[in-house]
Amino acid sequence: MTPGDTRPDPRPPAIGPEQVRHVARLARLRLSDEELARFTGQLAAVLDYAAELAELDVEGLEPMAHPLPLRNVLRSDEPRPPLRRDEVLEQAPAVEDGCFCVPRILSGEG
Amino acid sequence: MSPTALELAAAVRTAERSARDAVAASIEAIAAGDGAIHAFVEVLADRALARAEQIDAAVAAGSDPGPLAGVPVALKDNLCTRGVPTTCASRILGTWCPPYDATVVERLERAGAVVVGKTNMDEFAMGSSTENSCFGPTRNPRDHARVPGGSSGGSAAAVAAGFVPLALGSDTGGSIRQPAAFCGVVGVKPTYGLVSRYGLVAFASSLDQIGPFAATVADAAAALAAIAGHDERDSTSLSDPVPELAAAVGRGVLGRRIGVVKELVDGVDRPVAARAREAAEAMAAAGATVEEVSIPQLRYGLAAYYLLAPAEASSNLARFDGVRYGLRVDAPDASAMNVATRTEGFGAEVKRRIMLGTYALSAGYYDAYYARAQRVRTLVAQGFGRAFATFDALLGATTPTTAFALAERTENPLAMYLSDTCTVPASLAGIPAISVPFGADPAGLPVGVQVMAPALGESTLFAVAGALERAAPPERRP
Repeated sequence: MTPGDTRPDPRPPAIGPEQVRHVARLARLRLSDEELARFTGQLAAVLDYAAELAELDVEGLEPMAHPLPLRNVLRSDEPRPPLRRDEVLEQAPAVEDGCFCVPRILSGEG
Repeated sequence: MSPTALELAAAVRTAERSARDAVAASIEAIAAGDGAIHAFVEVLADRALARAEQIDAAVAAGSDPGPLAGVPVALKDNLCTRGVPTTCASRILGTWCPPYDATVVERLERAGAVVVGKTNMDEFAMGSSTENSCFGPTRNPRDHARVPGGSSGGSAAAVAAGFVPLALGSDTGGSIRQPAAFCGVVGVKPTYGLVSRYGLVAFASSLDQIGPFAATVADAAAALAAIAGHDERDSTSLSDPVPELAAAVGRGVLGRRIGVVKELVDGVDRPVAARAREAAEAMAAAGATVEEVSIPQLRYGLAAYYLLAPAEASSNLARFDGVRYGLRVDAPDASAMNVATRTEGFGAEVKRRIMLGTYALSAGYYDAYYARAQRVRTLVAQGFGRAFATFDALLGATTPTTAFALAERTENPLAMYLSDTCTVPASLAGIPAISVPFGADPAGLPVGVQVMAPALGESTLFAVAGALERAAPPERRP
């Protein structure tokens, strides 16, 4: 989010297995060694292709996050019926006392 | 030849044919033919027949059930249907039954349409061949050894096979237009914001739009008219009036200025380029002023798209964590459960996109990839803006090739992505686009011609599409 910083390295390094492992961890995915090798090659090919964007002069262009001129959209502040709690909870893998239930959050070694 | 949606609705509204008969015929056609195609992941026979009987009762009681009365429709399985499984063709959603209907489902039903089933797709709409489905691939009804395109391949195939006259899909970078072209049917991606996304499972929220598939341009216009318009449950839905659609189809192109986009014709396979040029000549013969226009920025659209869409997807798909719905793979603590659930629940292409998006957004790479791609998106939109200063509509190929063989591109994601190169630019700019069947390649595979118009220019879009349909070489319609 730094508008001044628009001149990246024209050829960012192709992604390697260490970075793919890191990104998988950030995305809460576990990869086997075979997957790691395969995904690394495939992601590097896509990123190499995307490197052509570095050819373009984008200095001074506004980043476009959305096709619409975005404004805050407000609705009238009137209460209305929400989704039915029992119907929503019925779809959850585990429920206790009307709440979503998950395994313990803090591990023993804390 | 199966009746069009409009013919069917007219017959049902005047009690010439019962909705029950129309819906039963659709269900029988699916039962007889879908074993070879696999367009559907779920057929809702009992529900559809019960609904059809309600429509017949309404007609008998003298009320009008709506402009799509008794028309069987198929829904891509990323559109929420209350009490009916909505899978996105992913193991991670398991047997999830949404507690609400998507706005488009409500609106179709209010117009009298009858949902007969949910269609196959690439998992979470990520793909261009409908091979990335946990249910297995869909086959192209025109050649069973070929893909139907994707990600809305099931909906395109359902219409192409004559199972239903109408279906809905979603288009993020071409997922309606590309399968429409591959299967020889009409497919529409409306202006971003014209159709509510409420109840569409999100892939890339700044790009996703719902739109119809049909065998004819007039049917597509009728379906879009039924689902378009403001919805307060989607804050990105436009409050502008819905453009005139049905009346535009027969209007013709006399005096219209149509630009043939060099970048969407020159680089594509020869037979596809030839059909696109013939389509342009046909528009000139029909009275339009036709000229070539170059929009060099479009060349960069695909690379920008394959950073932006995965970035948005990586954020949207964070919600699938095994807590509130769908699959949970048990593990001793919550964090391990999240990882186990996502690792087992997502297929390979979804994992690739999540990782690509996470990378493009991560510290150190954000400016080089994500921020730069967003600025290139601006360039693409500006390129269209300049072209629309001269032209009312733009024309080009929908796809670089006709339908490719099953398994041809599954091991090479980049080759698969290149299939979207002609459709991605309109998605980035948020403008409406339609694919209309226009002849075939030497092997007899359908070719689609794409028309694009400025935002909310659907009237022009449908006028040109109608003219193309009238000028198209005969064949089509199962």
